[in-house]
Amino acid sequence: MTSAPQTLDWIRDGQRGLGTRAPEWLSLHRRDALEHFEATGFPTTREEAWRFTNVAPIAATAFDLATPEAEGAEALAAANEIRDSAATAVVVNGCFDETLSAYGALPLGVVVEGLANSFEADHSSAREVALDLDITGLPFAALNAAFLEDGVHILIPEGAVLSAPIQVVIATLPGERPVMAHPRLVIEARAQSHATIVLSFVGEGAQPYLSNVVTQVRVDGGAVLELITDQRESAAAFHMHHLHAVCGEGGILHSRAVSLGGKIVRNDLSAVLDGEGAHATLDGVYLADGTDLVDNHTSIDHAVAHCTSHELYKGILGGQAKAVFNGRILVRPDAQKTDAKQTNRALLLSDDAQINSNPQLEIFADDVKCTHGAAVGQLDEEAMFYLQARGLTPAQARDMLLHAFAGEVLGEISVPELRIALEHRLFGRLSRYLA
Amino acid sequence: MLEIKGLTAKVEDKDILHGIDLTVNAGEVHAIMGPNGSGKSTLARVLAGHPGYEVTGGEVRYNGVDLLEMPADERARKGVFMAFQYPVEIPGVNNAYFLKAALNAKRKEHGLEELDAIDFMTLVKKEAKRLQMDETMLQRSVNEGFSGGEKKRNEIFHMAVLQPTLAVLDETDSGLDIDALRVVSEGVNALRSPERAFIVVTHYQRLLEYIVPDYVHVLSEGRIVRSGGRELALELESKGYGWIEAAAAGARQ
Repeated sequence: MTSAPQTLDWIRDGQRGLGTRAPEWLSLHRRDALEHFEATGFPTTREEAWRFTNVAPIAATAFDLATPEAEGAEALAAANEIRDSAATAVVVNGCFDETLSAYGALPLGVVVEGLANSFEADHSSAREVALDLDITGLPFAALNAAFLEDGVHILIPEGAVLSAPIQVVIATLPGERPVMAHPRLVIEARAQSHATIVLSFVGEGAQPYLSNVVTQVRVDGGAVLELITDQRESAAAFHMHHLHAVCGEGGILHSRAVSLGGKIVRNDLSAVLDGEGAHATLDGVYLADGTDLVDNHTSIDHAVAHCTSHELYKGILGGQAKAVFNGRILVRPDAQKTDAKQTNRALLLSDDAQINSNPQLEIFADDVKCTHGAAVGQLDEEAMFYLQARGLTPAQARDMLLHAFAGEVLGEISVPELRIALEHRLFGRLSRYLA
Repeated sequence: MLEIKGLTAKVEDKDILHGIDLTVNAGEVHAIMGPNGSGKSTLARVLAGHPGYEVTGGEVRYNGVDLLEMPADERARKGVFMAFQYPVEIPGVNNAYFLKAALNAKRKEHGLEELDAIDFMTLVKKEAKRLQMDETMLQRSVNEGFSGGEKKRNEIFHMAVLQPTLAVLDETDSGLDIDALRVVSEGVNALRSPERAFIVVTHYQRLLEYIVPDYVHVLSEGRIVRSGGRELALELESKGYGWIEAAAAGARQ
């Protein structure tokens, strides 16, 4: 823990930038969250969860609170490949943008709306979920709560089956000065529903910005939710994302996260399997080059018996990039018959790239199956030779192996045009690294 | 087609080849036999350009050019093919997709147009059928989860599609049951032609009952110690390698 509480002027200034007409419950919530944040301040590398991730560059940047009027937002939001989405919700600099959003083919009862708007309803389930966020030990989530204002609320009603994905575009556009945005996404998949939601994080410009996102997910009994994260922030961006999901009885969450952008990226993914038969897939593929830092902290809480989880993270690192993977699996005393598998692999394409990998298994039940494996290395030399011995150039052979490496995660993405686009983007960036 | 003169090579500071001389002409099949550790597989891998093997002396000319100057991929595109003793499993790389890239790389080198997906699939299905290969093997990852026999069959399948000028088979018979051996051998024999040459590396005479060689060479301690016709293989079969090694040792003293 840091020795002295910090009061950063730019955070206080930013708070004053929030709307003054906030209802009392929201003002109180923000105040509590800010106090929580200020009690510890930004984390330092002396804290175990931040040992390898130095956020001093974030603390040292005086960010203005981003304003929703941003030039170029329309073009940036439109730059995505999903053609037949059921709905597209666009958030610009933390605020839901009604005019850029579209609800073409939403089935009856499906809600896609601005979060601020949903807070105004008399019985707002989004508000209940938003206020239920546990920020203990999560300074950036606390900061997000201190700036809680807007974002997106999605509700898939009981039994609804969506054939097309819902897309959420979170665009951040700094102007002349560094900006910060703290959007909140609340996703409720009610019992027996079935949906795919794509979260695209985009940004542009050379100016740094802090995209500090919290996503809260409820997967109720028997629901299936595929959540695809398409993270392509600008090269100067600081991207912090805390995703917290709770799966009820038989609820299934498939998280597939593709992370390509950002100077410092920290994803805290947490899934609680809270009803028997629940399942969580946490898959990810990430790319980092230059002096980028990518930190994936995942946590799967097997709270009850007969739940399964499957986790596969793959990283490709070049330059002097650094990656962190921390995979916590908690199996509580009653969670018998748990079946959990965790795999974490990284390819280091340069001598200076590095990864710190830490499986963190906390198992308190005795009749469980938990496996974990980690591998860090270069491209398999024998495979490289085999491909070349059939006539492929070294570059062709390398690309084929890299495609295969990332393909294990990308191949599972259910939206074909997105899968192809993600693959193109990933290898487009990769070929620039390797050039 | 291939002229090897005084070839010496080492792997991890261990000298393996101590001076190989061998000439292979188009249309010929040469068998390289010898006990374990004699350098047979090293010779095959040196010809294919494996980076783990360092050539320390001698020369290898292939169709008049210096083979050792070429990187492995260029050798392959110029028609040198090695069927691996231990084919490598490559998870996530589709077998047909890889083979199409390999074939088109070769076609491009020879100024030919690349084959499109339809023409390619027509070609590979024909070759797969000839080798009695399960078509699902085309859509699986390269060698991943293949049985020992399937891997070897897949090597010969790659060879049949790539139509090499010089094919080096490195212990292709090991791990094959008699039926698979027959099918693989038929695949090789179907490719025999006046323009093409084969070097068949094997420990056992059995394979040579199916792929009948024009010449047999016996390797011992990194040198060719005996050369002869088909009958040399039969002699080895009945007497074993002991007498050859003893004779070679005697000759050196």
